[in-house]
Amino acid sequence: MEDIEHIPKELKLIDENGVRLDGRRFDELRPIRIEAGVLGRADGSAYVEWGGNKVLAAVYGPREAHPRHLQDPARALVQCRYNMAPFSVSDRKRPGPDRRSVEISKVISEAFSSVIFKEQFPRTSVDIFIEVLQADAGTRCAGLTAAAVAIADAGVPMKDLVTSCASGKIGGVVCLDLNKDEDNFGEADCPMAIVPRTGEIVLLQMDGHLTYDEFQKAMGLSIDAAKRIYDLQRDALRRRYSTTVDEILREAAAAPAPSPAPAEVAFDSQLDDLGREGSP
Amino acid sequence: MSVEIVSDLMRDYIYRLASGGQRTDGRALDEPRKLVIEKGLITTAEGSARVHLGKTEVLVGVKMATGEPYPDTPNTGVLSTSVELIPMASPTFEAGPPRPDAIELARVVDRGIRESKMVNVGRLCITPKEKVWVMFIDIHVLDYDGNLFDAASYGAVAALASTVVPAKAQGVGEDFPLPVEHWPVSVTVAKIKDLLLVDPSLDEERMARARLTATTDENGDIRAMQKGLSGSFSYDEVKRVIETSQKVGRGIRPLLQS
Repeated sequence: MEDIEHIPKELKLIDENGVRLDGRRFDELRPIRIEAGVLGRADGSAYVEWGGNKVLAAVYGPREAHPRHLQDPARALVQCRYNMAPFSVSDRKRPGPDRRSVEISKVISEAFSSVIFKEQFPRTSVDIFIEVLQADAGTRCAGLTAAAVAIADAGVPMKDLVTSCASGKIGGVVCLDLNKDEDNFGEADCPMAIVPRTGEIVLLQMDGHLTYDEFQKAMGLSIDAAKRIYDLQRDALRRRYSTTVDEILREAAAAPAPSPAPAEVAFDSQLDDLGREGSP
Repeated sequence: MSVEIVSDLMRDYIYRLASGGQRTDGRALDEPRKLVIEKGLITTAEGSARVHLGKTEVLVGVKMATGEPYPDTPNTGVLSTSVELIPMASPTFEAGPPRPDAIELARVVDRGIRESKMVNVGRLCITPKEKVWVMFIDIHVLDYDGNLFDAASYGAVAALASTVVPAKAQGVGEDFPLPVEHWPVSVTVAKIKDLLLVDPSLDEERMARARLTATTDENGDIRAMQKGLSGSFSYDEVKRVIETSQKVGRGIRPLLQS
């Protein structure tokens, strides 16, 4: 974003009809697919495909915090490591943390700190690992969205899921969910994360150039989109755990003395119990 | 930045005062501390500034070097910002490689300067694709009494504004002042329970559950933002912070420019 001059003249990020390079309108998200419980060893995990982004999240804990001097006698630590695979970007990224990923790790752990019931697990650590396998702009939002599902999958009690999304400005138009080209050649990017049930904003960053009006438009788009992403997150968890319920029902049906199966499984009540499912 | 304990007595006192619109040092909630800037103290640096924001003291030096441009920006100068939280500045700072706190601080200051296009980096090209000017902003925190984000940002902006590019010494033309075109002002607000306090002091910062920094330019447009700490803001609070940042920024900008 630091250099506008070298943008190829023919590259128009959004045309007269308001259609973007990938055919989206200003308020459209890229296709998002979320899957919960994709890894064997981790206490919780999730996989998110978001446009060209492919992101894995794993959660361990609450487990004993190491090194010990970091332990907090009153609550759990929430630690996050956001990492990009060397092959996830077009020019190979040197392995290991750089300054950007240190910052992103910090703001993501702070975002989850406000929703996890840390006081229930003194001296422990909830460790969140986010691996970007393929990057297409908006990786921190995809990673955060995946991590929220992974934390729920791990059964770590929290106020609500956290949902993340970015809006920015391309060709003078405020747009939702910028892709790689739009992010590189656009004028601003503003990622945020929100607790959908309470409306609390737990992550907010911005770079570029937005008037106050444009900022409010961008936030409006993101807040609206977060509701849709929240549904996808909940749906992923529902799918993950409804399979288990099906299996139980099948087993019950196969049992020699079948007890009458409940006529209808109330999925919502199953969801409420999710917090306890995989609890360590 | 590191956690240190604020007594319950002090917490109650700060919050009770703030609920009535007052602060322990006599400021209003939306009033920054006194800002004093001295430019050009370090003659070995191409630009420098010492900033006192209340009792927080930061020294910023700008070194100019020639180097290769990034391949995707072959005609523009390079900006590099780092922060050292040296142990002399606070009992909570430790020697060693920069920790996440210092990295975040440097990146947020960098973002404000970069995204506001404060320096016209197009004029820092010597030979396209080969040689450009590199601006190294090194922020040295000397005395930590809260709100390093703003103190460091003011120091960096003032130091850049005082920078003379040493072209003659490098044999690439006459010396010239760094082409400064915009004036970003960073304003940080701490949230204590339901209250928003501009330019938090050390105790206020330690009590705060959330922090929001907004950097605005001379038109009041937003150039960079960063929310920090483990608390949250409502959308309305975010809007109030931006409006405060615009207002406070208007008061601070002349101090950076003078």
